[in-house]
Amino acid sequence: MIIINGEPSAAVAPGATIAQLLDGLDVDGERGVAVAVDAEVIPRGEWETFAVADGARVEVLIAVQGG
Amino acid sequence: MIEPMRIAGHEFSSRLILGTGGFPRLETLADAIRASQTEMVTVALRRIDPGARGSLVSVLDKAGVRILPNTAGCYTARDAVLTAKLAREAFATDWVKLEVIGDERTLLPDAVELVAAAEQLVDEGFVVLPYTTDDPVLARRLEDVGCAAIMPLGSPIGSGMGINNAYNLRLIREQTALPVILDAGVGTASDAALALELGCDGVLCASAISRAEDPVAMARAIRLAVEAGLLARGAGRIPHRLHATASTTEAGKPEFANGDRASRPGAGASTGAEFVHPSDPARAVGGPDPMGDPAEHGAQAAPPSA
Repeated sequence: MIIINGEPSAAVAPGATIAQLLDGLDVDGERGVAVAVDAEVIPRGEWETFAVADGARVEVLIAVQGG
Repeated sequence: MIEPMRIAGHEFSSRLILGTGGFPRLETLADAIRASQTEMVTVALRRIDPGARGSLVSVLDKAGVRILPNTAGCYTARDAVLTAKLAREAFATDWVKLEVIGDERTLLPDAVELVAAAEQLVDEGFVVLPYTTDDPVLARRLEDVGCAAIMPLGSPIGSGMGINNAYNLRLIREQTALPVILDAGVGTASDAALALELGCDGVLCASAISRAEDPVAMARAIRLAVEAGLLARGAGRIPHRLHATASTTEAGKPEFANGDRASRPGAGASTGAEFVHPSDPARAVGGPDPMGDPAEHGAQAAPPSA
């Protein structure tokens, strides 16, 4: 299982790319979205190729009001 | 025409940066952006809620404002650096409002972690705008590691207590050529005006506007206050005085009957001594004795930074 935003997710299978993972969450890769895997930032340019391993902890973040 | 504010080679004709936190609705935020005439607004990053489609970025892009991501909620340099890097990916900007908090109750910055994070981010090519306490020594450390501005608090975030230590703000202003932007504590328009009068280049305002009863009216009020403060600073204020100074000449004053009451000097009739309020920009830091020669108190406030 991949851990997405703190919760084990059945929506996305291990081995999926970041792009597939975002599709699985119904998130388009719009401006304002960022992804980290195991506390490493995954640059946008790697979203199509970076495969998320089983047990990886993924943070999917978006712009919110603040500051 | 207001002289522009320059940060890292970028010119802003507005000296008001708007924090987007606390607005009840995105429509109100959009209206407040218009009323404030701001050119840069802060945003934060949080875990996505797949159910709720946030259109914050599209609202901001439509308003034509520059996005300044923050690292709100980070308590360590590590988290702040990671958040800044995520923000760079999310918004395609290497600008960051760096916040590293050290205390939950006061939300005061953690000086040690802040300097460490600032240094790492500058090394990675970020334009770092650090939210800091009003400590002039810490401000110097932040400048030494390459920050692009100093953003001292006036009082704690969201407290609305205004500027608690005008003296420290003036020390920070005096020692640096970097932009100094008051970053927390503004409660109402007069606080923003005072910041500019004290020599700050700009003001960052969130709660004072977003949590006002009428955020759009307050956005306009604070925009005007920032302009007023800047103009007043340039105009050169009169010093605070303990005693009155007549603005109407004594010359040609008529004499009437019962003239014994016409003039009654007090026991401590004015000797020209002045009371100089601590916030008075005419009181140069390290300058003349406040009770000294009144003529020396015409000193101007620090000029706006280049």
